[in-house]
Amino acid sequence: MVLEITEKNFESEVVKSDIPVILDFWAEWCGPCRMMAPVFEQLSSEFKGKLKFGKVNVDENSGIAGKFSIRGIPCLVIAKKGQEVDRIVGYASKDVVKSKIEEILS
Amino acid sequence: MIYNLLIIGGGPAGMSAAVYAARYKLNAIVIAAEEGGLAATAHQVMNFPSYKSISGLELMQKMKEQVESLKVPIVFETVTGARKTDSHFIVSTDRTVEYYAKKIIIATGTKRKKLNVPGEKELYGRGVSYCATCDAGFFKGKKVAVVGGSNSALTAAMLLAEYASEVCIIYRQDKFFRAEPAWVEAVKKNKKIKCMFKDNIKEIKGKKSVESIVLESGKEMKVEGVFVEIGSEPSNLVFKKIGVAVDDKGYIIADKAQKTSVKGIFAAGDVTNNAFKQMIVACGEGAVACYSAYKEISAGK
Repeated sequence: MVLEITEKNFESEVVKSDIPVILDFWAEWCGPCRMMAPVFEQLSSEFKGKLKFGKVNVDENSGIAGKFSIRGIPCLVIAKKGQEVDRIVGYASKDVVKSKIEEILS
Repeated sequence: MIYNLLIIGGGPAGMSAAVYAARYKLNAIVIAAEEGGLAATAHQVMNFPSYKSISGLELMQKMKEQVESLKVPIVFETVTGARKTDSHFIVSTDRTVEYYAKKIIIATGTKRKKLNVPGEKELYGRGVSYCATCDAGFFKGKKVAVVGGSNSALTAAMLLAEYASEVCIIYRQDKFFRAEPAWVEAVKKNKKIKCMFKDNIKEIKGKKSVESIVLESGKEMKVEGVFVEIGSEPSNLVFKKIGVAVDDKGYIIADKAQKTSVKGIFAAGDVTNNAFKQMIVACGEGAVACYSAYKEISAGK
């Protein structure tokens, strides 16, 4: 399951999350983001309970995008307690994202 | 299952080939690494007959919808390998799936070239971008640089000017001889856009994000964004390994029937050594490639 992260639930869902969170920064107008979405969705079920999956619409939540200095999308940010641990910029295949996640969770 | 035809690529060439595959009732499948390919990142397309002006994303969505309505399956996977047997080809992808096909059309297009300067890799996604349509919105009121002088560089600059306070195009040649005069004129008229010729980026500086660029002329310029639009190179050449001949720049050599040096493998669009890398050319080549594949299949070759 992929959660919709907004300025309103950022604190409760990301900062105060017990497990690490991966955020997918995206926008309507971004072609590669549309490719990222299904990959992200699939991985969310594979890592259920270990990693929380959230998507952030940068158009509607420029504050969150600003907090992580997002200047390019698609961008996946892995965060623990709201602090960035790693990121992947640009479209990445499922294998690439998966190995990055495994590296961080191990 | 052995497909009649495997089309690799989700851009204009692949989509056109898929339309014809449906018309010829070939049992075909499209494997695309990205939806719409590079064409989907074009800000504005004004040279594709049928629309006076349309975004690349919208145009590619329309092509995809047409293919879907014709019931040609499209899967989003990246091809990682190819083998050849006496009767067919075996293509593997990053989803650990194998596809079997009698004929293949390679329409994998190109990928963006990198500057290969210090700071570029480190600041990718932190001010360095290869997709103006994706990232222009992050540069409201900021000063940005665009590197390159082709149509894609100039359209990127036009789009960025809608957001940025100032756009500086940096081009190593002394004039825009590669771009369409219509775009050159539009750029010249735009008060937010400045052009710097006969110079290039030597280094991109910044701690957390891009702060400045150092030019070959020695100048250092404060910018918060660098958009790299210096052309493309052919992508996904796993087929080179099974003998598909390429030219000195890596583009697949295709004849007028879009045949490559390997029997049963065709190539179409920007990945080929054609002279004019345009969507309309890619569409035409995709159609021809499919026709050639169809002729061989129906002749039982």
